[in-house]
Amino acid sequence: MSAGETIIETRKLDLFYGDFRALIDVNLKIPQRQVTALIGPSGCGKSTLLRVFNRMNDLIDGVRVGGQVLIGSEDIFAPGADLLALREKVGMVFQRPNPFPLSVHENIVFGLEIHRLARRDDADEIVERSLRAVLLWDDLKDKLHQSALKLSLEQQQRLCIARLLPLKPQILLLDEPCSTLDPIATAHIEELMQELKREYTIVIVTHNMQQAARASDYTGFLYLGKLVEFAATPRIFTNPGQKLTENYISGRFG
Amino acid sequence: MAVHLQNEIEKLKKQIVLLAGTVEKKVADAVKSIDRHDSQLAQQIKDSDQFIDQAEVEVEEECLKILALHQPVAMDLRFIVAVLKINSDLERIGDEAVNIAGRSLNINAYPRIEIAFDLNTLTRNVMSMLQRSLDALVNMDATLAHAVLASDDEIDDTVQVLFQQVKDEIRRQPEKIDYLIEYMRINRHLERIADHATNIAEDIVYMIEGKIVRHNYEK
Repeated sequence: MSAGETIIETRKLDLFYGDFRALIDVNLKIPQRQVTALIGPSGCGKSTLLRVFNRMNDLIDGVRVGGQVLIGSEDIFAPGADLLALREKVGMVFQRPNPFPLSVHENIVFGLEIHRLARRDDADEIVERSLRAVLLWDDLKDKLHQSALKLSLEQQQRLCIARLLPLKPQILLLDEPCSTLDPIATAHIEELMQELKREYTIVIVTHNMQQAARASDYTGFLYLGKLVEFAATPRIFTNPGQKLTENYISGRFG
Repeated sequence: MAVHLQNEIEKLKKQIVLLAGTVEKKVADAVKSIDRHDSQLAQQIKDSDQFIDQAEVEVEEECLKILALHQPVAMDLRFIVAVLKINSDLERIGDEAVNIAGRSLNINAYPRIEIAFDLNTLTRNVMSMLQRSLDALVNMDATLAHAVLASDDEIDDTVQVLFQQVKDEIRRQPEKIDYLIEYMRINRHLERIADHATNIAEDIVYMIEGKIVRHNYEK
């Protein structure tokens, strides 16, 4: 598949938390190796939608999903779908950096050990490659055996991205990855996303509309569980197709 | 934050409308100064250009301030961009009014002669076009802006007719060429004002509909 082809597709996606319908008939095509931002006011369903893509919502009681979600050509909610394989393919980074209370090195090989259930003899090489990919190698090459918790918040967040990479994911889901970072660290993570999108498809949830405008290629606007509009980011921020989108991004509500 | 931005935008709108009104009055006066052979009025126009220049700078500074501080998007962004462009068209229209006033002074320096052409149709049409494009700005009226765009061809025709008439008149009275050539130049200034009014209408369409209608090659 080349950049721009659809990698994630939802068809008539509904998601219920018990009786509450959190996503309503969402039809969306996310292009490969691009940055797609999901925006919308709190409670609009954007994080829920993000979590659908690696079935994180399965962990919550009473969640029910209707419709289809295809990644590549696989229906990830089909009976017998391989959840472990899905989470290898679709990695996730959270709002707050959450490195394991282990060394930098161990953080990166941890996923491999869990998924492959064996220690790799090329671990050092994998650690270096992963840290280079998130532009941390030069800073951390002499601190690989220090605790990850001693790193700055930005470095911790980069490490959380780096530790996904040994599993060779196709898609990185970022849920408000910069909300605990200062503006400079935020800019660094945004630059990193531009590097990473050469190899990975990135879907980011953000409250920061300027961030969506700066850092994404496509933007989806959700409101009350519905996907109101999905279009190229420059289009959304200069001349959106829907009045509702216009009102939200120009700060007239939300 | 949004309310704050809306206040700034309302303030900017008042500023640009005030500038538009000043420019419109200036063009009307310039035309009047020719019609009435009023050198005093023409001189006033020439002397009062500073106000428009000053106002243009203030509008631009306000736009830059809003862009830097509020980072507007969508309609708000298009509004600021359109105001920036309309602002510069208004300033240029003001300059054309000053030019016309200058021509007016030149004409009045000669003894009046009978001429067989009619400047009034053109001035009336240009004034109407300018007024309608400014009304479209004040009322954010894309339909009216489209109507202005449609009337540009008509102006061009009138300009051509007048151009020909002045040329004929020069052939008839070649010794009056210094006098008559001033009309040729006024004709040109009025045509430019119409062009700027067209630009303004295009920017209003862009602001409201998000469509760039500037280069309509299908004509």
